Amino acid sequence: MTLVLDHVRKDVGAETFIRDVSLTLERGSVNVLLGATLSGKTSLMRLMAGLDAPTKGRVLVEGRDVTGTPVQRRSVAMVYQQFINYPSFSVYENIASPLRVAGLPRAEIESRVRDAAKLLKLEPYLDRKPLNLSGGQQQRTAIARALVKRADLVLLDEPLANLDYKLREELREELPRIFAASGAIFVYATTEPQEALLLGGNTATLFEGAVTQFGPTPRVYREPGDLTTARVFSDPPLNVLRATKGGDVVSLSTGGRIRASGAFAAVPDGVYDVGFRAHHLSLDPAASEAIALDAVVSVAEITGSESFVHLDVGEHRFVALTPGVRRLEPGSAVRASLDPSRVFLFDESGRLAARALPKAA
Amino acid sequence: MARITLDRLAHAYKPDPQGPQDYALKEIHHVWDQGGAYALLGPSGCGKTTLLNIISGLVRPTRGRILFDDRDVTDLATEERNIAQVFQFPVVYDTMTVRENLAFPLKNRRVPRETVARRVEEIARMLDLMRVLDRKARNLTADMKQKISLGRGLVRPDVAAILFDEPLTVIDPQLKWQLRSTLKELHRALDLTMIYVTHDQTEALTFADKVVVMHDGAVVQTGTPEELFVRPAHTFVGHFIGSPGMNVLPCRVEGRTAYVEGQAIVLDRAYPALPQNRRIELGIRPEFAKLAASGGLPVRVRRIDDIGRARIARVDMAGRALAASVPESMDAVGEEATLVVDPRHIHIYADGHLVAGEGAR
Amino acid sequence: MIKPLDNRAWFLVLPVFAVVAFSAVLPLMTVVNYSVQDTFGNNQFFWNGVGWFQDLLDPSKELGGRFFEALWRNLLFSAIILAIQIPLGIVVALSMPREGWTVALCLVLMALPLLIPWNVVGTIWQVFARGDIGLLGWAVNRTGIDYNYTGDSLDAWITIVVMDVWHWTSLVALLCYAGLKSIPDAYYQAARIDGASRWAVFRTIQLPKMRRVLLIAVLLRFMDSFMIYTEPFVLTGGGPGNATTFLSIDLVKLALGQFDLGKAAAMSIVYNLIILAVCWVFYTVMTNVDADERRAEA
Repeated sequence: MTLVLDHVRKDVGAETFIRDVSLTLERGSVNVLLGATLSGKTSLMRLMAGLDAPTKGRVLVEGRDVTGTPVQRRSVAMVYQQFINYPSFSVYENIASPLRVAGLPRAEIESRVRDAAKLLKLEPYLDRKPLNLSGGQQQRTAIARALVKRADLVLLDEPLANLDYKLREELREELPRIFAASGAIFVYATTEPQEALLLGGNTATLFEGAVTQFGPTPRVYREPGDLTTARVFSDPPLNVLRATKGGDVVSLSTGGRIRASGAFAAVPDGVYDVGFRAHHLSLDPAASEAIALDAVVSVAEITGSESFVHLDVGEHRFVALTPGVRRLEPGSAVRASLDPSRVFLFDESGRLAARALPKAA
Repeated sequence: MARITLDRLAHAYKPDPQGPQDYALKEIHHVWDQGGAYALLGPSGCGKTTLLNIISGLVRPTRGRILFDDRDVTDLATEERNIAQVFQFPVVYDTMTVRENLAFPLKNRRVPRETVARRVEEIARMLDLMRVLDRKARNLTADMKQKISLGRGLVRPDVAAILFDEPLTVIDPQLKWQLRSTLKELHRALDLTMIYVTHDQTEALTFADKVVVMHDGAVVQTGTPEELFVRPAHTFVGHFIGSPGMNVLPCRVEGRTAYVEGQAIVLDRAYPALPQNRRIELGIRPEFAKLAASGGLPVRVRRIDDIGRARIARVDMAGRALAASVPESMDAVGEEATLVVDPRHIHIYADGHLVAGEGAR
Repeated sequence: MIKPLDNRAWFLVLPVFAVVAFSAVLPLMTVVNYSVQDTFGNNQFFWNGVGWFQDLLDPSKELGGRFFEALWRNLLFSAIILAIQIPLGIVVALSMPREGWTVALCLVLMALPLLIPWNVVGTIWQVFARGDIGLLGWAVNRTGIDYNYTGDSLDAWITIVVMDVWHWTSLVALLCYAGLKSIPDAYYQAARIDGASRWAVFRTIQLPKMRRVLLIAVLLRFMDSFMIYTEPFVLTGGGPGNATTFLSIDLVKLALGQFDLGKAAAMSIVYNLIILAVCWVFYTVMTNVDADERRAEA
């Protein structure tokens, strides 16, 4: 089953929630909607499901126009952020409920529920009520209930956001396996770039109601088409400085001048926004080609496995992510270096002009 | 000022506790120094919120005392304890402007008007709220509201400790960074004891000087982020801290070698006096277990997760699942590879507790 | 949530339309018809145009005078009712327990007065307030106060007000209680930490959070008290004299007592329009408050 959104737009009163989105989702694919809160993820999912009708544009399933069809007649399942389960039903009954509504024979219900429970590791809990389960187990029940319908489209709206960090990790690790076993189209909304990277599949980055880029996740991550996409898809936040290129020389807004090399060599003269991710800003002794930045340490956050060092470079505040423990006193001067072959150059309209070479990531 | 002492504190929500399983908070004896930044880290239900509520005075402990600077405050009400609390979701007074919100605690304590105005300006500047001082509090974004909540605590001159109850839960990832560094800078600027409760290890480790890891109502380990990372005293700490957490494998130890399913691993220390009839496990973090084309322990690679700044490999070694890190230099990873482990970071645990070896090379 | 359009749904509504047309729209049109006609009896009608309306809205005329007096009584009554019931309801809601078995008990007690049929309410108070066999009336008279609700207008008013307060305050209390219950604990905790007094907590947390609910309560109470008929009719019949003759009672007197159909029709139309106007004002305010709250919660 292919789902196509054709120039859909959603206005509510004077506000536009979704502006001109066109997407094609293929059968068996996992699609991540990545964006900040209120960027339109939930609105877009509701349009896909048929809970809302678009103000303009069409929704097509297998080429058929389903724009006016209500959600009850579409093959859709949805999992929410708040673990939604029937509180008076046991886990077994919860998972079985959509099948009972569909009127399936008892044997079929039994086998499907057991399969789903096995997939989501709920077998020991089938007799319990949701209130007696942990958050992770409740959400697994909700996911099992969504999967057991064998719907063509399964939507998950930040399903792990209310879970503890470690539970989130555990469940997230299992999701790719669960998705692959199903074969439906999965759409997964999240605010965290890490989740998009871990889930793989395709990613659509959303910003203020528009999809800025859609494609295979590693590609959107490594080849963002514009500054907004790069910003949405970076955690820690993308570091940005301004560069003006004139011939062979590039002047940086951090106050330095460098020779045009790496990504800079490939672009015409002009003003560019230089975006680079935190783990490409190094605090180690630099290679000769690297851009040197004189920085003052503002704050160093140590997690044990890595350190986030917040640096003040002139007017800019950058974040550098270094592996291991880096103890730096706030206020101390440090030299940071940036490999010019690992930056993104965005021209004045925000579009990508040149990017890091394929080998570097 | 506040050095906070927990004197044999324990709490049970049930009125008639029979044994340890009835206690939500098992006996804890601990001293927190003045001016430190501490985090209480643990999964849901571990007792961290109970402990926070006991410190703030919202819950009266079943047993034990709590002292601020040697003064017994166990029976004192919240408002008499000179503490401020920031909650999980922003609490602001809807009808008031930001300025009035910040002034509220001072007005209630009958502080003269000029002092109030001066203090409000000071705090607003520190928290970057100057632009919105005269706007209605209820129309602001969540991160601004949390800053207002924080400001209301800071504005009181007699505040000795600030307690944070998972304050970044509703904040977007992009804004979390700013808020986190603001908190850290504030801590440096003001001599206040800050206690931060969370289940998110990144928040805890980046914020605190010392982290108290809790599980099932008891304190499992207290230490700096580095200590918790490099030398977890309990397999729970190893698992809970680190993303992904520490690999824990059942093993058999003879002298200086550990055997995992027959695979020999050379250790850094000797363990001559291991207790008998206990569950013996080997712990190694993925950061110290690197994948290599050859030269290490043979493993089969199941999956590689690319999270942008690093790659994590899920491998099988002698039938056991492990997470390992993939060095940047390693381009292609085939199905068969080897694992190079750093013996200095291999820990041996008996029934979950760290066993100190001897004769480190 | 906006449902997708399906025009066939209109057919489902047709039966309801038919019923409403028959039982409401046709009679309404009849009333409008009457309001522009005059009759001398014998089922002969002749056109009067806006004559009745002119009479109605002119205080110097007999009809107008009577209308404005009754209108004034209604407004006074509604004002008194709102002034007593809303604060009293809030106080009761604040005093109700939040948890434990006493909650269910309280809710049931509060709901009881609301379940009694309105004419029974009137009858209860009619007997209760009597000086000879009524407990209240007899007790009041025993204390020396001269109390007679059939003879003295002030006594009649007081009795009607007390009866309405007894009958309807629970509604306000229950609505406010629901509003209060939705306030998360963290707000109270923060207020304690901020050192706020009980009054400050009420003013800055509880009252603002109850805005939506209070608006509904005020709207309901205003409308109901403005349209009140059964209870005062059973209690005093509109007396003594004209003292408690509210618009609705006057209307019935005019239409069914004097059989002045034209005048009654005109009065009922104007009465209806006043209520509609008030409703519309409230509705606009309420949707604004709603939109405001939703934006703040986002």
